[in-house]
Amino acid sequence: MAVLALQYALNGLATGSLYVLVALGIVILYRTSRILNFAHGDIATFGTFLAFTLITRLGVAPLLAYLLTLATTGLLGAGFYSLILRRAKEATLLGQIVMTLGFALVLNGAVVVVWGADTKVFPSLLSETKVYHLGGIVISQLSLGSLIMGFFLMVLLYLLVQWTKVGLAMRAVSQNPLAAQALGIPTRRVLALAWGVASALGASAGILLAPVTLLDPFMMLDPFLKGFAAAVLGGMDSPPGAVVGGLVLGVIESLFGGFVSVAFKATLAFAIIVLVLTVRPEGLLGREYKKRV
Amino acid sequence: MELRERYEEDLALVLGLPAWLGLLVALAVLVLFPLLAPRYLVYIVTLMAIHILVAIGLNLLTGYTGQISLGHAGFVAIGAYTAGLLMVRVGVPFPFAFLLSGFSAAFFGFLLGLPVLRLTGPYLTIATLGFGIAVHQVLTNWEGLSGGRMGLFIPKPSIGPWTLASEAALYYLAVGTTGVLTWIAYNLVRSHIGRAFVAIRDSDVAAEVMGVNLMVYKTLAFGLSAFYAGVAGALQGHLLGYIEPQMFTLFESIYYFSMIVVGGLGTIPGSILGAVLMTILPQVLSGLREWLPIVYGGTIIFIMAVEPWGLYGRWLRIKWWLKTWPF
Repeated sequence: MAVLALQYALNGLATGSLYVLVALGIVILYRTSRILNFAHGDIATFGTFLAFTLITRLGVAPLLAYLLTLATTGLLGAGFYSLILRRAKEATLLGQIVMTLGFALVLNGAVVVVWGADTKVFPSLLSETKVYHLGGIVISQLSLGSLIMGFFLMVLLYLLVQWTKVGLAMRAVSQNPLAAQALGIPTRRVLALAWGVASALGASAGILLAPVTLLDPFMMLDPFLKGFAAAVLGGMDSPPGAVVGGLVLGVIESLFGGFVSVAFKATLAFAIIVLVLTVRPEGLLGREYKKRV
Repeated sequence: MELRERYEEDLALVLGLPAWLGLLVALAVLVLFPLLAPRYLVYIVTLMAIHILVAIGLNLLTGYTGQISLGHAGFVAIGAYTAGLLMVRVGVPFPFAFLLSGFSAAFFGFLLGLPVLRLTGPYLTIATLGFGIAVHQVLTNWEGLSGGRMGLFIPKPSIGPWTLASEAALYYLAVGTTGVLTWIAYNLVRSHIGRAFVAIRDSDVAAEVMGVNLMVYKTLAFGLSAFYAGVAGALQGHLLGYIEPQMFTLFESIYYFSMIVVGGLGTIPGSILGAVLMTILPQVLSGLREWLPIVYGGTIIFIMAVEPWGLYGRWLRIKWWLKTWPF
């Protein structure tokens, strides 16, 4: 029983680390511009399909293909922000969210038109059947790989935000965009960078997820919703919160699926959102929830 | 500019001879249309009327009250299945099933309105989106209730001894219902209820301070909006004669949403305009079915970037420009 629980928890951590990557992208954008990016999942899907083509059709070395994909999706996100979203006139917050919804439709449609709606097998460097034994529990090479990659990217992001000048600028913009602008920080470029980083994070989650779920145009819808639930759980404006939220959500979901019910695993995330918003709207690690009129 | 001298003139929806003539001509065209037009066109216009109904309902919620909903396909589904199941399984006569479809959707709208009272912005969007997905999943998996992916065959509606079997009869039913509910919506948005909705949209805290009971009006907005969607769902079921869960997906919700964005948020004529255009668009592009999401998405982005008040907003600006023309 205890071993089984540990096993489920470990599986949950591996899934959770992917939720973290999605949640971090959502949190970074929400924090800097108060926008919930509905295209987040579809940018990631697009990136994953791009990696698929690069590897299987063009024969690019997988690692190089991953890097190219991250760069392209980063450019795509930054481009959407600086060429379209920023230039919209009289755009209210609702209007901007609606625009990301439109972008999601366009990307999703483009994926279907270019690659077709059927599912594809994503080639992976790591194998799902090769397993390692740790005491009584088992972890597949793939899960271990995504766990390590997830934590590696989290650390990288932490270093970027906390230890570089660009990261300082990002934090400044998220705290007070007008003051940041007055102090000479190029706000728009920083925001474009935030969009780029968030999109690339989403794409990396997609690449790590694709070997498990197979590749199809709607593969990122569920992870996007889970990532959002994780972000809410941890606090929408707190990157450490997103990490905690994602891991906790992954573990809870895995334990729930293992011990209670697999059928209702999918609805658990929504139950958690509603619960968190009723009990503690600012999330586990978020700052106090205040509202200006 | 016409001068309004009496209070009754200010209240009138239709004022002046040209407006009355226009309305009469429009009504005459609508009445005569199924007698003259080919059946396919009658079907399309019936579909338009149904979409107008959903769009007006959604606009009451999103455009007027500022509560975004990405789960309206869920309400349409609830309406369609209520009417269908009541008629097929229970044998309720059509007029009652039709009314109940609206009220059951409104009930679920009210239920959804309760927990999301506290939610705003992205939280609300995700909650409604989750509601739409949940309805779809329940209908797909609970086969004892809905028939699952096998779908449900809907009988033709009949009132007393008359069976509304032909396209024309369904056309009159749909257009008539839409006409009445549109008229109600027009009056609703300029009553104290409509003004309370707008006050909530502009600032819910300020509205509350001025005595608008947020709980009552927000749940009322959800209920009303769901009522419109539910009635539209029942009509859609009768029009197609068959419903299955796959007709009420997230894509449909976004489709309805794009109607009000294109037409104009927070206006009734905008809802009508958007619904009409977004019904014609897939028919025109029927050979390019898989390009539709791209076209919808591109249209949404373009409209939001260039004219956030939608096509109706652009029309108002053109009218204003013409009125003041030499200046």
